[in-house]
Amino acid sequence: MISLIAQITTGDDLLVAQNIFWWFFALVTVLAGIKVVTTDNIVHAALYLVIVLAGVAVQFVFLGSEFAAVTQVLVYIGAIVVLLLFGIMLTRGSLGDDQLVDTERRGMGALVALLLFGLMAFSLVDGFEDVVLPEDTRNLIEVEVPIDTDIDDDEFIRTQRGSDTAAIGDTIFESYIVPFEAVSVLLLAALIGAVVIARKE
Amino acid sequence: MSDFLRSYLTVAIFGGVAVALVGVLLGLGSFLRPSRPTATKTMAYESGVDPVGDMWSQSNIRYYVFALMFVLFDVEAVFIFPWAMRLETYGYFGLVEMAIFIFILVLGLAYAWRKGMLKWV
Repeated sequence: MISLIAQITTGDDLLVAQNIFWWFFALVTVLAGIKVVTTDNIVHAALYLVIVLAGVAVQFVFLGSEFAAVTQVLVYIGAIVVLLLFGIMLTRGSLGDDQLVDTERRGMGALVALLLFGLMAFSLVDGFEDVVLPEDTRNLIEVEVPIDTDIDDDEFIRTQRGSDTAAIGDTIFESYIVPFEAVSVLLLAALIGAVVIARKE
Repeated sequence: MSDFLRSYLTVAIFGGVAVALVGVLLGLGSFLRPSRPTATKTMAYESGVDPVGDMWSQSNIRYYVFALMFVLFDVEAVFIFPWAMRLETYGYFGLVEMAIFIFILVLGLAYAWRKGMLKWV
């Protein structure tokens, strides 16, 4: 907030706009997050979760991580929330019972949330303390692109700026190829497990 | 502001206009229309028949399998995008790796198909 006031006085209009948007979306995310845990209707909680996840996607864009933002929308909002809603509809016969959502274990829940927040905040600050976001995030990510695909020589590979999607692709296919294949086995296990449970009836 | 975020300003304006349009239209509607609710008016409309039972009912577990399969193939699609961006660089190595990845997931689809989970009952 102090930096925002400082920018208004120095007259950097575009940075001010960026910061106002940042604060707006951060506020919306936090308020929706509070509504997730305070609302009486569990379906409403799932729908408020959509706002929280969308807000996080916007923050990813502010960090220059387009791929993470799109994945957030595609997987979390598009699929995980749908799965959550199906889970709610499966496990609860009648959703009119409002009292069931509000529990008496608020103290324990608050404690767990506080511990989790402390742990994540510490690891984030510890890990990214000295990292400064560059002026144009897209310029920073460098991807090796061959000038001519016919020439099979490393010397003809130069660096040029690319999107972070390509950078993530390079990381997967250079360093994490085995975890990448392991993910498919994990997804397969999840699917087979769901089919087995559903068939028992 | 960087050029990168400036390009997202269009997205923000688009989203803002969409939200404002819905808000203005619905707000104008509730402002203009008379509001005289009765018990019969607020009842859920069921083609002229009085609704029976609760509006929430337990859904069939079959739908859960469809939702889960949607999640799985969504995740698969997410992994395909970075690969597709750099298709030429990875060459046959990338092709084989992605073929293995998709093949393992198709095994799951085949299993669900074989067990008759894909029939929409």
